Amino acid sequence: MAGNNERIFVKGNEAIAMGALDAGCRCFFGYPITPQNDIPEFMSKAMPEAGGEFVQAESEVAAANMLLGAGACGVRAMTSSSSPGMSLKQEAISYMAGSDIPAVIVNMNRGGPGLGDIGPSQGDYFQSTRGGGHGDYRLLVLAPSSAQEAYDMTHKAFDLAFTYRSPVLVLGDAIIGQMKEPIVRCAPTLAAPDEGKEWRLEGTGAGLKKGQKPRAHRIIKSLFLMDGELAGQNMKLQAKYEHWKNLVEFEAFEVKDAELVVVAYGSIGRIAKNAVRHLRKQGKKVGLFRPKTLYPFPEKALDKLAREGKRFLTIEHNLGQMVEDVRLAVRKHADSDLFCVYPGNMPSPDDFVAPILRALGRK
Amino acid sequence: MSKAKTAPKAATAGKSAAHNTNAGEELVFTRPASLVDRATHYCPGCHHGIAHRMVAELLDEMDLADRTVAASSIGCSVFLYNYIKVDTVESPHGRAPAVATGIKRARPDKFVFTYQGDGDLASIGMAEIMHAANRGERITVVFVNNTVYGMTGGQMAPTTLIGQKTTTCPGGRCQDREGSPIRMSEIIAQLGGTAFCARGSLDSVKNIKQAKKYMRQAFEAQTKGLGFGFVELLSGCPTNWRMSPVAANKRITDEMIPYFPLGVYKELEGDGTCGSLIAPGTASGSAGESK
Repeated sequence: MAGNNERIFVKGNEAIAMGALDAGCRCFFGYPITPQNDIPEFMSKAMPEAGGEFVQAESEVAAANMLLGAGACGVRAMTSSSSPGMSLKQEAISYMAGSDIPAVIVNMNRGGPGLGDIGPSQGDYFQSTRGGGHGDYRLLVLAPSSAQEAYDMTHKAFDLAFTYRSPVLVLGDAIIGQMKEPIVRCAPTLAAPDEGKEWRLEGTGAGLKKGQKPRAHRIIKSLFLMDGELAGQNMKLQAKYEHWKNLVEFEAFEVKDAELVVVAYGSIGRIAKNAVRHLRKQGKKVGLFRPKTLYPFPEKALDKLAREGKRFLTIEHNLGQMVEDVRLAVRKHADSDLFCVYPGNMPSPDDFVAPILRALGRK
Repeated sequence: MSKAKTAPKAATAGKSAAHNTNAGEELVFTRPASLVDRATHYCPGCHHGIAHRMVAELLDEMDLADRTVAASSIGCSVFLYNYIKVDTVESPHGRAPAVATGIKRARPDKFVFTYQGDGDLASIGMAEIMHAANRGERITVVFVNNTVYGMTGGQMAPTTLIGQKTTTCPGGRCQDREGSPIRMSEIIAQLGGTAFCARGSLDSVKNIKQAKKYMRQAFEAQTKGLGFGFVELLSGCPTNWRMSPVAANKRITDEMIPYFPLGVYKELEGDGTCGSLIAPGTASGSAGESK
């Protein structure tokens, strides 16, 4: 284990596993799928060593439901997968959102639809930011663009999950997962022993002092049949999601005097940043806006840039998904162009130069 | 509540809440402490009430209730948490054994059980039940088999008997078209992690008493750390069978038990390192496969 401020050289997938471990994650439920296998492999050793549990589940369906069970007990737990597996996890994710169960879920996005490919993609943006499963809910979605951010965001995801009693999604892709670069770990922490003690399931006699009677039994559920009951629950969820707007995070690079702002997230955001840096050296007035939280989406910050008269180009590794959120955010003053990167291609900064110049030249 | 002066005190009344009795009267039968005092949503003649009571009695008798976390299921038993006073989390359809796995791995010090019907466990939840048993999860599964989907209105289940009419096999289940009824206890007994597996029935007082013994052993498989505990309960659904409760009981005796023989299918003893697999049919019930 790395000491204080020691830089270690790891893959993004390993950084995610380390972030979870250092945040006090003690249950991991996985299922093999490329390109995230380093995470369960790391956890199969790390969890028992830390006194926790690793289960290789029979399916992604089961893994997500094991996560539901552990989360209901107030234990810091995680599962990870990649796109086809994420489709299978949506059932339990919807139940967890509906019954206020904290959990961390990692999706290392690969190409789709269907079996797609095993390379990087951002094709799961809609699934991630619109809930993904059935029903009326959202997930907090964090999108790292480096191994260090993968570590930091996964670490932070546990605190957010327990603060808001909600599933939190870390959305990377095959580039983030397989790329190796230095990270610095923070000192490992343990979950507070009383975390979730107001609601977690642990038996009606838990923590009783001598002579005390067991408390009333607790029920964690998403079924609300009585008149107005589900409306009440969903309004609580709405209030929760409203509060999340305070958690918005983004990176703004060279936007101050920019005429054109490139909007991109995750690995594509990082590649686009290099293209922007390159064009700046040529005196082109371009900047980068990289959402770090995909839900809540940084719409206010984008609206402000639009009001200043800037134009926008969204670059995504899909057919155009986040562009809809960008257009909604800037709709009062501007629009956004779109440049799509297709699956099977590993884009370089050079690939973005021409589309950025094209968008910059358009009036 | 019965009031019999001469009857011996029922063992199960021991931990129940105090009830007022008049002078000269002795309380011999009452509600288990772990059972909520309220009317259920179950139909007349339904056996869920008996099965719920059996679970509650054992939680009380084995002093487990206040350290129990249950995983409920989808079906008529979805409201289990309204009737049994233990911490409970709702599971998606069929996933209770996976949810229970998560609970037990997170809190190995807790007693963890699921309560599932035949549609939930033997159809949509087949993967979860098989693998939880095979891993030898230290959980207990109560499996209520009434050969139909009850909550949704009596559709065909994986356990529906050949020839049995349901709303989705209105001409009767046909083996060539819909396959054979699945015998879960026989399957679960084959898996390495299973420590105890038995099938009981709720059609008669004698069988109910025997079923409770099985359920106790399925609980003990967990409390002794031996492995996975499984108890199947043949039960009636008069509403969806379109029968009177009395006729439904007779159907269990005459039609279900011959196809689903009662008895212990696997019982692991001692330290959990060795066990015996009991061949179906050599168990206490009749071994016939007339259906």
